[in-house]
Amino acid sequence: MTLLDLPLAATRGNPAAAASYWDTDPLRYLDEHGAPVEGGLRPAPEMLAADRLLAVYRSLRLARAFDTEATALVMQGHLAVYPSSRGQEACQAAAALCLQPQDWLFPTYRDTAALAVRGIDPVEALTLLRGSWHCGYDPKRWRTAPQCTPLATQAPHAVGLALAAKMAGDPVVALCLLGDGATSEGDFHEACNSAGVYQAPVVFLVQNNQYAISVPLRKQTRALSLAGKGAGYGMPGVRVDGNDVIALMHVLDEALERARAGGGPTLIEAVTYRIRPHTNADDAARYRDQGEVELWLSRDPVDRLARYLTATGRLDAGLDAAIGEEGAKYAAAMRERLAEEPHVDPGDMFEHVFAGPTPQLRAQRAMVEAEIAAQSADSSAPTHGEA
Amino acid sequence: MSVATAHPAAAPARPPASSARRDGAAQAGPTPPAAVTLAKALNQALADAMAADERVVVFGEDVAELGGVFRVTDGLAARFGESRCFDTPLAEASILGTAIGMAMYGYRPVVEMQFDAFAYPAFEQLVSHLAKMRNRTRGALPTPVVIRIPYGGGIGGVEHHSDSSEGYIAHTPGVHVLTPASVEDAYWLLRSAIASPDPVVFFEPKRLYWSKSRVRLPVTTGPIGTAAVRRPGRDLTLIAYGQSVPIALESAEHARGFGYDLEVLDLRSLVPFDDATVMASVERTGRAIVVHEAAGFAGFGAEIAARVSERCFYRLEAPVLRVTGLDIPYPPPKLEHWHLPSVDRVLDAVERAMAA
Repeated sequence: MTLLDLPLAATRGNPAAAASYWDTDPLRYLDEHGAPVEGGLRPAPEMLAADRLLAVYRSLRLARAFDTEATALVMQGHLAVYPSSRGQEACQAAAALCLQPQDWLFPTYRDTAALAVRGIDPVEALTLLRGSWHCGYDPKRWRTAPQCTPLATQAPHAVGLALAAKMAGDPVVALCLLGDGATSEGDFHEACNSAGVYQAPVVFLVQNNQYAISVPLRKQTRALSLAGKGAGYGMPGVRVDGNDVIALMHVLDEALERARAGGGPTLIEAVTYRIRPHTNADDAARYRDQGEVELWLSRDPVDRLARYLTATGRLDAGLDAAIGEEGAKYAAAMRERLAEEPHVDPGDMFEHVFAGPTPQLRAQRAMVEAEIAAQSADSSAPTHGEA
Repeated sequence: MSVATAHPAAAPARPPASSARRDGAAQAGPTPPAAVTLAKALNQALADAMAADERVVVFGEDVAELGGVFRVTDGLAARFGESRCFDTPLAEASILGTAIGMAMYGYRPVVEMQFDAFAYPAFEQLVSHLAKMRNRTRGALPTPVVIRIPYGGGIGGVEHHSDSSEGYIAHTPGVHVLTPASVEDAYWLLRSAIASPDPVVFFEPKRLYWSKSRVRLPVTTGPIGTAAVRRPGRDLTLIAYGQSVPIALESAEHARGFGYDLEVLDLRSLVPFDDATVMASVERTGRAIVVHEAAGFAGFGAEIAARVSERCFYRLEAPVLRVTGLDIPYPPPKLEHWHLPSVDRVLDAVERAMAA
């Protein structure tokens, strides 16, 4: 079985539709066993340099370690919720690695691993999912917008920021992360359309992980390729194997460079799979077979690169173990820091509603502060019956 | 895209009784200044803001070459170039979302929603992002966007051209909501909105676009968050905003004939709400009536009535009354006079309040 079998789920009983799927065969460099595909992409030599690929591999392992640890932390009650990106590590790492420091990333709630690869402290990155504040990192410092929970609503922001950079003459590109479900939203359409009209330096990376919670792609759209939607907005649409990090980075580099050079936006569809349920609160057994999950486990993006690196003599067991140890250390530090009860300050609720407080907010803040004072007075006093 | 383009003949605008003198800034020169319409004052506010700060950009549907269906952006593209004032695709969520992204990069976008009821597609961007961005990033990412929305009825517009949507917005923490009723406030409040570090929804009373005042611009009036006493009075406080202000003032004139001396407040700023001015007035008069065009049920007037009752209960001589639009979808133009608050309805309410 190959990756190409997957879209047939959407074309069952429709040979004509199936035929056109072959036309939109995802671009690849490696096959699922980590061997270069004949007639596949030809990445630049710099992309295939040993130090570059080992850095990418480290990032994949970091993303995997991050996701595994966060999944454990939510099970232990240290996070409020965690939408896992297991199986999507190539997308997560590539998104962060292809950007230059001045570029902006517009992530969703499922892209916390990408934030970690970008270098954001995991405690800051997980603030939203821990529930101690909404956005825990400084978006300006990291050129990373707050993770967006409503679907596709960050896409117009990416267009606006890219347009602003273009107007200012800055070589800045915005990379907007989306899922397959988000392509059904009106804001996705409006953002793509406006990006085309403005020729904004923005790249839309759709991680087509086949499911929007429980709803499979075939119930999301009758389109045979999400990348094909690019044509309707006058922008290139590229369908790439989302578990082949080399292919993905090649496609992303090309799109980002085109945008930076004034060539306008690109829509990239990365075909991948969400290995774990939507979140810890979801039960994927209600809507998909374990067999499908097993199939995709065999296409694992981290293993694929490891096999290629091993086969080409750039990775041996010793180095692999050392890289694994780095991931384990990272996860251990996460575990230790996130197991602590987070500090929250009720004053934060009022502090940043407006630049300065309104008289009404000042009064409400005083009320909450009085309640806090009364509470701490109560807890230091002997228990009394009807408080 | 507008089905009805309102024109002056359809809108016999009552000049608001406000005056620049009351707010203090206009100087009487040797020659009296020419009459300026409210729409022109807005236009000049935009031009002056763009001239003062190159981060200010204006965009929306039909705002560049056409100058806006109400001509509020007339001449801006020609003067400042199409990179500072540009037409957008017909997509309101994208217009506001793009503005949010530009503000994240340091620009000061001023966007136009062509008509009140066409702004609804942008509602999610407003509620989930514009209003929350500063808060969710602990102040790191303020989004000082101004959304201009022509609103209200009485212009003979067919459906979807006459809504009063201020209540939906005012209910959303994190955005300021302003609405001028005078030419002077139109200029100064828009300048203040553009200069504000916070997002502002700026409701423009479209029936008053052609109201005039002899004023030399630029002019300054009150800061954001302050209401204005348009007419002092002793017996009862009429609380109004936008195009209900001239109705309230006319009602007050009529009421004088019945021996009632009414005070008229123009809120100007729904958010932040000027509790101090409103309560001081009701403490003086002991009676209050709220006048607005939006449907009364769960409308902004309910908030005002509740606030007044909570704060002035022991001073009130009568229940706080509301004269508002009916609780119906906005009616067709041939019926809208039944829907809109009228001087007669205000005077009826005044009779009831004074009899209590």
